[in-house]
Amino acid sequence: MIRVENLGKTYAGDWVVDVEALELPRGGLTAIIGPNGAGKSTLLSMISRLQAPDRGHVTLDGQDILRIKGDVLARQLTVLRQDNAMTARLTVADLVAFGRYPYSKGRLTEADRAEIERALALVDIVPYRHRFLDELSGGQRQRAFIAMVLAQDTEYALFDEPLNSLDIRHAVSVMHLLRRAAEDLGKTVVTVLHDLNFAARHADRIIAMKNGRLQVVGRPDEVIRPAILRDLYGLDLDVTERQGKPLVDVFG
Amino acid sequence: MSPDARFHRARLLALSLGGLMALAVAVYMTLGAVGSWSFVLSYRGEKLLTILLVAWAVPVSTVLFHVISRNQILTPSIMGFDALFMLIQTLAVFLIGAATVTQWNPVLVYLGELAAMVAFSTLLFRWLFGRIAQSLELLLLVGIIFGVLFRSVTGLLQRLIDPGEFLVLQDRLFASFSGADPQVLAMSAALVAAASFWAIWRLPAIDAMILGRDGALAVGVPHRRLTAEVFLIVTLLVAASTALVGPITFFGLLVANLAYRLLPGAPLRLTLPLAGLLGALLLVGAQVVLERVLGFTGTVGMVIEFLGGLLFILLLIERAR
Repeated sequence: MIRVENLGKTYAGDWVVDVEALELPRGGLTAIIGPNGAGKSTLLSMISRLQAPDRGHVTLDGQDILRIKGDVLARQLTVLRQDNAMTARLTVADLVAFGRYPYSKGRLTEADRAEIERALALVDIVPYRHRFLDELSGGQRQRAFIAMVLAQDTEYALFDEPLNSLDIRHAVSVMHLLRRAAEDLGKTVVTVLHDLNFAARHADRIIAMKNGRLQVVGRPDEVIRPAILRDLYGLDLDVTERQGKPLVDVFG
Repeated sequence: MSPDARFHRARLLALSLGGLMALAVAVYMTLGAVGSWSFVLSYRGEKLLTILLVAWAVPVSTVLFHVISRNQILTPSIMGFDALFMLIQTLAVFLIGAATVTQWNPVLVYLGELAAMVAFSTLLFRWLFGRIAQSLELLLLVGIIFGVLFRSVTGLLQRLIDPGEFLVLQDRLFASFSGADPQVLAMSAALVAAASFWAIWRLPAIDAMILGRDGALAVGVPHRRLTAEVFLIVTLLVAASTALVGPITFFGLLVANLAYRLLPGAPLRLTLPLAGLLGALLLVGAQVVLERVLGFTGTVGMVIEFLGGLLFILLLIERAR
């Protein structure tokens, strides 16, 4: 279980993240939503030790994550940021192999290779395995990065806006992948999402943030409500129900 | 590119370049030899060792520098190493005089230059990377500014200097593979070997730095510490080779990019030897041209830049097609 205690990050005197307490229990898919500048990405990068907090701490099963050794933590928790620009060329298979680094330290064993194969198959990118990343479409590249995360085989997988700049087809397929990682592979998936409807349809839990603070945490039907959305975005949005989940008319 | 295809290409490259290298070394050691063979071989052998040492150190430092800066068109000399070397030489001649400086013990001179370069880059790194900014970009920028400063001071001093002294100085400033002191050569070799072993030990982690800071941290690579380590390795390699033969880092950029083109997306354990082999071919070839075609009139840096420039243009043309 990941526990956030009194966590804060400040830029020039402003607290961009100011979270009293937050618990991320094992299992399920949690979406973090909120307007731009709400501190979603900053919270995610502090949970995944990419940024050090200015106040408070994040613990994993009771241990401060900044005190856990890098490779030990990398076998339990990993993160995928939005900007994954590469300067050097890399093939899909080589990228996914880096997911096994915390285990193999660069010397792949048979078990590592099996994990890589499994991850490539899961994201359905086997035919492109020997392609270079710069020869892939945006959706394929995103799937390749997700395969790396899956190959890392961590209990916790954190994503920062994984649907960014994907068309509808690829966005749906990536969302289904995250869903499968949570359901079939039993991972704890936490993802920052901009699209309210993806969060409403696929998340088990939604964390709504504004101005660095948690507004509401709960099931989609508890969070995706007109009153809460008005508070978050300052817009009156119509919420209906479809397939037993909330559906937001986001077009104003 | 599949691992099999890469392996085959790497083997092909190793065989063909290795063959060329053997040929180049044979030509270099024997062509135009007059007099006693034992003298020719030991004299040229020593030069060959110097060449091979530089041919390994410079491309390796360039490739590693590319990994930490995440930029494949930089060379470590951007940090002002060459400029610092020239400033030290110029200052020494300016303040003390060529007559005294040329009499100094080459081992002590070498150690002094080495210490100055390592101290400079370590200070820069500690000061900037540790305190003010976390970014390597700022560090590089400050390095460039220092380089300009060093060059300007050097230029000023060279204008003030006595013309006779300047000739001696100019001779010391051109890169040259001949006349390295055997003790200095041995020390350079030990230093380059130590830095190389360090790099090889950390190679899988350095490979993972291709993922960028966040990606490397996500797979458990201590990015900050490793950046510092690689920076020190690069500094040692560049300082050792510059103090040994003079400013000659340009060809590293060329052979590194050639290696990236020949084996795209290859891990460092393939890229580094390939770059080293290409560097050795270029340097030995340049030395043969200098000695046998130009008859020692000119400098090896000139030949390397001419051959390298041609190769670079060919690369550009080939890419444009």
